[in-house]
Amino acid sequence: MSNHLLNPNKWIELYSDYLFNYTISRINDREIAKDIIQDTFFAGLKSMKNFKGEASERTWLISILKRKIIDYYRKINSTKGQAEVRMTYSNDDNEGDWLEERVEDEGYLNALDTLENTELGDAIYDCMAKLPEKQATVFKMKSILNYDTEKICNELKITPSNLWVIIHRARTSMAECLEKNWFKL
Amino acid sequence: MLRLILISKEEAYHICDKSQYCESTLWEKIKLRLRYLWCPNTRNYVKRNKQLTYAIKSSNLDCLHYSERKVIADRLNRHLKKQM
Repeated sequence: MSNHLLNPNKWIELYSDYLFNYTISRINDREIAKDIIQDTFFAGLKSMKNFKGEASERTWLISILKRKIIDYYRKINSTKGQAEVRMTYSNDDNEGDWLEERVEDEGYLNALDTLENTELGDAIYDCMAKLPEKQATVFKMKSILNYDTEKICNELKITPSNLWVIIHRARTSMAECLEKNWFKL
Repeated sequence: MLRLILISKEEAYHICDKSQYCESTLWEKIKLRLRYLWCPNTRNYVKRNKQLTYAIKSSNLDCLHYSERKVIADRLNRHLKKQM
């Protein structure tokens, strides 16, 4: 029996930022990331009839997005026409040193950091999804997009004192949520 | 004089929130610091707030700007209407 339903009218509001963050952390190009998200939504609309409702709407969209990202990399790799393979050790003298060097390998450590940052980003988005819409919007504009107070007040037609009340509530909820789901892990 | 320096818990929280975005004044920071010295609730709030700011910064989160989101939304809506 299906438990989840699709509501494309809410996709932008609920998932566009999450999908964008997911994509930008893997593609690193804003324009391409936007195109991929758009393609994902279009592909989602096209294959709506195949949705069985076994996964949540977000999980389903993410699975489409993952395929789009793989397609993108396949496409640019086929353009390059070559795969890069790195072989570090070529002689017997330094065989066995690889483990120690791997520990010191900055690239490896950076990869771990990136993985942790991605997971933390997911946790933050999960917590933000639990905020009331207005709080989430203001929090996002202020904390992630780093907009000026004045700009947010003009765009959302609220007063600065109203903004700070919203920010305070959002930050309190976010801190509580992250404490449960991230800091205590 | 004391009234000028001593602030309520709520005001301390408000200054702390503003500080996370570098929008508090020096005078506000001094008042917050004084309250921080003797109020455990304020200390707790400041600690949690700083932790949240650090988490957000270190996660390198990014999201769509309003205009970008609107462009995608318009295209999706057009596509939706065609499909209906």
